[in-house]
Amino acid sequence: MNSQEKRMRQQVLQDRIFRGTTRFFAFFVLALLAGILISLLIGAWPAIQQFGLGFIVGTEWNPVTGQFGGWNSIRGTLLSSFIALLIGVPVSFGIAIFLTELSPVWLRRPLGIAIELLAGVPSIIYGMWGLFVFAPWFADNVQPWLTEHTAGVPILGGLFDGPPMGIGMLTAGLILSVMVIPYVSSVMRDVFEVVPAMLKESAYGLGGTTWEVVWRVVLPYTRSGVMGGVMLGLGRALGETMAITFVIGNAQQPIHSLFDPSTSISATLANEFTEATTALHTGSLIYLGLLLFFITFVVLTLSKLMLLRMQRAEGN
Amino acid sequence: MRLQDSSMTAETTQAKLTVKNLNFFYGNFHALKNINLNIREGKVTAFIGPSGCGKSTLLRTFNRMYELYPKLRAEGEILMNGNNILDKGVDLNMLRAKVGMVFQKPTPFPMSIYDNIAFGVKLYESLSKSEMDDRVEWALSKAALWNEAKDKLRQSGLGLSGGQQQRLCIARAIAVKPEVLLLDEPTSALDPISTAHIEELVHELKRDYTIAIVTHNMQQAARVSDYTAYMYLGELVEVGETDTIFTTPTKKATEDYITGKFG
Amino acid sequence: MLSIYARRRFVNFISLSLSVAAMLFGLFWLAWILYTLFKNGFGSLNLVLFTQTTPAPGSAGGLSNAILGSLMMSLVGTLVGTPIGILAGTYLAEFGDRGWLAPVTRFINDILLSAPSIVIGLFMYEVYVVHTGHFSGWAGALALAILVIPVVVRTTESMLRLVPHSMREAAYALGAPQWKMTLQVTLRAAKAGVVTGVILAVARIVGETAPLLFTSLNNQFYSNMNQPMANLPVVIFQFAMSPYEDWHNLAWAGSLLIGLFVLVMNILARTLIKPQQQH
Repeated sequence: MNSQEKRMRQQVLQDRIFRGTTRFFAFFVLALLAGILISLLIGAWPAIQQFGLGFIVGTEWNPVTGQFGGWNSIRGTLLSSFIALLIGVPVSFGIAIFLTELSPVWLRRPLGIAIELLAGVPSIIYGMWGLFVFAPWFADNVQPWLTEHTAGVPILGGLFDGPPMGIGMLTAGLILSVMVIPYVSSVMRDVFEVVPAMLKESAYGLGGTTWEVVWRVVLPYTRSGVMGGVMLGLGRALGETMAITFVIGNAQQPIHSLFDPSTSISATLANEFTEATTALHTGSLIYLGLLLFFITFVVLTLSKLMLLRMQRAEGN
Repeated sequence: MRLQDSSMTAETTQAKLTVKNLNFFYGNFHALKNINLNIREGKVTAFIGPSGCGKSTLLRTFNRMYELYPKLRAEGEILMNGNNILDKGVDLNMLRAKVGMVFQKPTPFPMSIYDNIAFGVKLYESLSKSEMDDRVEWALSKAALWNEAKDKLRQSGLGLSGGQQQRLCIARAIAVKPEVLLLDEPTSALDPISTAHIEELVHELKRDYTIAIVTHNMQQAARVSDYTAYMYLGELVEVGETDTIFTTPTKKATEDYITGKFG
Repeated sequence: MLSIYARRRFVNFISLSLSVAAMLFGLFWLAWILYTLFKNGFGSLNLVLFTQTTPAPGSAGGLSNAILGSLMMSLVGTLVGTPIGILAGTYLAEFGDRGWLAPVTRFINDILLSAPSIVIGLFMYEVYVVHTGHFSGWAGALALAILVIPVVVRTTESMLRLVPHSMREAAYALGAPQWKMTLQVTLRAAKAGVVTGVILAVARIVGETAPLLFTSLNNQFYSNMNQPMANLPVVIFQFAMSPYEDWHNLAWAGSLLIGLFVLVMNILARTLIKPQQQH
C-alpha cells in the first residue's frame, strides 16, 4: 500500500509536468506572435522615428537620398490583392457550386483534390511560370486586345493603357487570383456542405431551380462563412511574395495604368532587403514588413471571426 | 485519505458499496435524486429503467468518471470499504484502478491484444516478463478469449470482432484485479451470440468480483443479476432481489415497466 | 406565367454554365502550370544537377549544394517544429476545454498559419542574423520551423479530437494518469493523422523561398549550418532573375525537383489519412 501511495504521488507529479509542458508550448505559440511584433517594431524603429505615420502615404523611395515612403509598395499590395479577389472570388463561388450541387458524386473528390493542388504548388513555381510563360503570352495575346477594345472608354480605357510588356500590376493580380482560388473555394465548399438538406429540399420543393436555391437559400445561410473564406483568400493574397516578385516589375514609381510595372510590400522586401546598407533603409523595409503583418493580421482576424460566427450559428 | 484493501474475508452479503443520499447535477439539472442503495459484495446488481432515468449516471459516480466533464457534480456519500469515495482527497486514478469499468461500445486501444491487457497492469504493478505473460493469459482466460486470441497476441486489438473486442475490454478491466466491476450496457452493441458469451462471463466473474451492470434489456437483468434496481426520472423506485422484483414487485410503476406496459 | 418560368430556367442555365466554366477555368491553370513545369523541367534534368555545385556566372554547373541545403534545413526545421507543434496541439485538444489560454492560442495559431512567410523571415533576421552578425543555415532552418509549428498544431488538435471520447474514458477507467492516457492511447490512435500533418508541413516548407531570403541567403558552395547556405528556392529565384539561358534551365530543373517532391508528399499524405486501422 505504501508503494502504491508513492506511485500515486509520482503520477500526480508526472501529470503536472506533462500538463505544464504542453501548456508551455501552447503559450510558446502566443509568444511567437508577440515576438514577431516586438522584433519588427524594434527593427523598424529608426524608420518609425524618422518618418512616423507619414511613411504610409509617402511616395518617395530613394535609398541614395535616404528618403523613404511606403505608398508605392502598399498600393501594390492592396491593388494586386483587390484584382485577385475581383477575379478569384466569383470563380471560387462557381467552383464551390459545381462541387456541391452539380458534379457527379464520383467526380467530387478528384476535382476537389485537383483544386486543392493549386494551393500545394509552391509559389516560386507560380513565379517561374508567370515570368517565363504567362507574361509573354499575356503580352502577345491579351494586352493588345484589351488596349484596342477599351480605347476611348472612360476609366476602363485608362486602366488598360500602355505598352504590353507582360509583367506589371495586372499580371501580378491575375496570378494571385489563381493562387487564392483553392483557399476561397474550399472554404465555400465546406460551408455549403453544412447547409441542412431539409432547407434545400424545401426550397426545391417549392419549384426552385438550382441557381435559385443556391442564390436565395444556400448563400444567405452561409453568408458569414463565405465572407470568412473571402477574407482568408485576401490574407493569403496580401502576404504572397515570390509569385508577385517575379512578375510585378519591381518599379518604385506611380502607376497610371494596370499594365505599368509596380511593386508590392513583399516584392520590395525580397528585392532590396539583402542589399540595404543603411540602418534607415533596412528599418524602412522592416517598417513595410510590420505594416504588412498588421494588415494581414486584421484581415485574418476578421476571417476567423466570421468563420466562428458561422460555426456558432451552425451549432444552434 | 486512502482506500483500505479489502483482504478481510467478508460475508458474501456484505455491502461493497453503500450509496447514501446521493444527488447528482448536470449544471442545474437534477439528474439523480436522493439515491440510497447497497451494492452487495460478490453479487451482481442490475440497474434497469427507461433511457434517461439516470442508471448510467449512477454507475459513473462509482468511479467518478463524471469528473472528466465540467459542470457535473455529485453530492452525498458513496462508501466503499468504509471510506467515502466522493471525498475530495480521494485519488481518482487509484479509485479507478479498484473500480473497473466496461463501456457500451468496445474500446480497444490502438495497440496489440497483449499490450491492451498489459497497459492497465503496468500502471500499478511492476511485473517481470513471465509474470506479465501469465497475467495476460489469466485475464484472457477469465474473459473466455484465450483460445481465440492466444495465437495473435501481437496483433492489433482492433482486428477482433465486436464481441471479441468487448471480451478483450473485460479482460483488460479484470487484469488489474479491481474490487468492483461496472458494466455499462456491455452488450448493447453486440449480436445475440456475443451477448450470450458476455452473460455467461458475468456469471463466472461474480465469484471474484462485485458487479454492477446497467442494461436496457430486462431479460438480461433477470438472467444475470442477483439484485435489481429499477430507476425512473432520476429516482430509485425499487430495489430488491431479482426474483422478487420480477415476480412480485411492490411498486406499481416497477410492475408496469417490467410487464411492458410502459417504457 | 410561362414566360416567367422560361426566364427563370434561362437564368438557371446561364448561372450553372458559368459554374462549370469556373471549374474548367481552375483546372485549366493547374494543367497549364503543371505542363509548363514538366516540359521545361524534364528538358533540363540530368545527372550533373546532383553532382556539381551551383555555377559562377557564365559557367556550367549543377544544384547539388542547393539540394543538400534544402534537405538539411527542411529536416532541421521539421525536427524542431514538429515536437513543439505536437505538444501545443495536445494541450489544445486534451486540456483545451477550460481556461483562456487554449481558445486564444487556437485563434493565434490559425492566424500564424496564414501569416505572410516573408514576415517570418524578417523576424528570424532580427532575432538571429542581427545577433550573430551573419546569415546562416540555422537561421533558415528555424524560420522554416516556425512555419511548421502552426500546421502541426492544427492537425494534431483536430486528429486528437477525432479520437472517440470513449477511448479516453476507457483508459481513465483503468486508473491511467492523464499523461499516459494521452501519450499511449490517444496520440497513438491519432498517429496517422498527426504524421499526415507533419508531411503536409514538409511539403509546405520545402518550396518556401521568402523566409530563407534573409536568413540562410545563398552560397555557391557546400556549407555547414553556421554559414550562409544554398537552397533550391533561393537559387531558383536568383537564377530565374538572371540574364543567362543555362541558369534559367537550372531554375526550371530545380522547380521540377521541388514540384515533384511536393506532389509525392501530397499523395503520401492523402493515402495516409484514409483510415487504416491495422497498426
